Amino acid sequence: MDDFNSETDSDYTSYWRDWFISSRGNEYFCEIDEDYLTDRFNLTGLNTEVQYYQYALDLVTDVFDLDCDDEMRETIEKSARHLYGLVHARYIVTTRGLAKMLDKYKKAEFGKCPRVMCKSHPLLPMGQADNPNLKAVKLYCARCEDIYNPKSSRHSVIDGAYFGTSFHNIIFQVYPALIPTKSSERYVPRIYGFKVHAPATLIRWQSSEKDDMRKRLRKLEIDSGFKDDEEDIEAEDSEEEEEEEVDMDVLENGGIEGGELKV
Amino acid sequence: MSSSSGTPESWISSFCSLLGHEYFAEISEDFIEDDFNLTGLQTQVAMYKEALEMILDVEPEDDDDEDEEEEEEEGDESIEGEDHKVRRVAPDRRHHRMASDLSVIESSAEMLYGLIHQRFICSRAGIQQMSEKYELGHFGVCPRTYCEGVRTLPVGLSDVPGEDTVKLFCPSCLDVYVPPNSRFQTVDGAFFGRTFGALFLLTFPDYDISKKGMDTLGGHGARSMATTASDEEKDKINGMNVQNLGPGLGKGKMYEPKIYGFKVSERARSGPRMSWLRDRPVDIRELDEAALFANPDESDDDAGLNNGARTQPTQTLGGVRKMRRPNGGSPMSIEAFM
Repeated sequence: MDDFNSETDSDYTSYWRDWFISSRGNEYFCEIDEDYLTDRFNLTGLNTEVQYYQYALDLVTDVFDLDCDDEMRETIEKSARHLYGLVHARYIVTTRGLAKMLDKYKKAEFGKCPRVMCKSHPLLPMGQADNPNLKAVKLYCARCEDIYNPKSSRHSVIDGAYFGTSFHNIIFQVYPALIPTKSSERYVPRIYGFKVHAPATLIRWQSSEKDDMRKRLRKLEIDSGFKDDEEDIEAEDSEEEEEEEVDMDVLENGGIEGGELKV
Repeated sequence: MSSSSGTPESWISSFCSLLGHEYFAEISEDFIEDDFNLTGLQTQVAMYKEALEMILDVEPEDDDDEDEEEEEEEGDESIEGEDHKVRRVAPDRRHHRMASDLSVIESSAEMLYGLIHQRFICSRAGIQQMSEKYELGHFGVCPRTYCEGVRTLPVGLSDVPGEDTVKLFCPSCLDVYVPPNSRFQTVDGAFFGRTFGALFLLTFPDYDISKKGMDTLGGHGARSMATTASDEEKDKINGMNVQNLGPGLGKGKMYEPKIYGFKVSERARSGPRMSWLRDRPVDIRELDEAALFANPDESDDDAGLNNGARTQPTQTLGGVRKMRRPNGGSPMSIEAFM
């Protein structure tokens, strides 16, 4: 094992992984470091998940030298891709993995948010489950905090577990500077310029939810991450609110009867 | 005006079959021929007359009136030339002119068609045609995961041409999206207009908009079947069927960020801030403002849930407050309570 390590750690070209990440449809994957793949600790539990685990691992690390027929080779190839995906989900939450995915995110290699108001904000791949073969990969927009289906059918067949449910949230905890400013901008259905009653009531309700949240956060002195100009308006609003609240408190504490009489 | 409405080579049908023009409906010639429908477009489109003739497949060569007009125009241009000369040269010159201006007229015709289209799809015949296209899923599906591929409608964000391209309105999440294919990024949004999307929902209130684009035909979905007979009366809220008011929103249809299975707190710097955008009251009756106005004691509840400051005055005003009953109830049953 040791020789094998020293052999592959040198500037040995990673044929299989190079081929894998550059092949069509695998644009979302980043290249996993040799070190990471060869550390058995990182692969804990995967041997039960992947068929022909050892051969698959050998193939991924370019030390595969088994003489076998094409059918067997194909099966191992499939296992190798599965193994790579599962390790990938673990790798992208490591420091180096996050950095690699960050690069791809900055280049918008995962696509851009289809929502008009997000103004083509770059997306991040994510899974809705950590177990394989359940849900296909989805794309997360940090601006509207929603998930979308990939445009291309070659991406919509990738297993979501190869990215996991946590990566796209961890990346913003590690790089808080990346969190985009949120926007209250939204689409309002209109007919000849007039708002439509039913959607408008829903939109009003949603805005009141939003305002409540921002007030909650303001009380806790947490940055809500909304645009500054809106923040100012909001700040004035909530200051007034707070003053009112104080007044009420004074009324209630000082003279409850008086307060009620007034009303 | 013996236009070739039946032939497959009409300008309108060839325009609508162009790549990227899949969203367009074929405007009926009756609609275009009614001058009332074209009010005001003359000033918006260059070479209006020629463009209109192109759309209607009126051949200027066949048209005697047209010839005369051409000659007059040319006569004006070449004042110094003799009348005979002009007349002899006229056919050639027109050919020349047609060749050089064809692209201008073509683009004018496209603009004019688009602007008429904006009006046409809000007319009875037009919206009917668009509904057929909607049924067949011609406008694509919502990219949002929780909308589960419901069909979208083409809309513009402006009624003025040249401002923005066509977008897709998802009636399930009431949001607009960029069409997935880049070929639609050359189609002007004004050709569909701001009104069509919402008007469509009000025109066809009985559509089950939560039906996926994949399973196209098949009457009413299971959802509408599930509503019991007693629900029939309160099926509508603010003029819209309850099941059509943001069916892709609310609990279970919102993304909750989690890390290793734990929800990310709102108090985190990277915590959720946009959940309101995809939220919907658990009890949609909360939005029925008219009913709530009639029963003010119930209306306090939603305002009071999160905001202490605001409720205190209303509390004293409203008097005894009842707990919201889980079924939401119809206004009738509340009155019975009181």
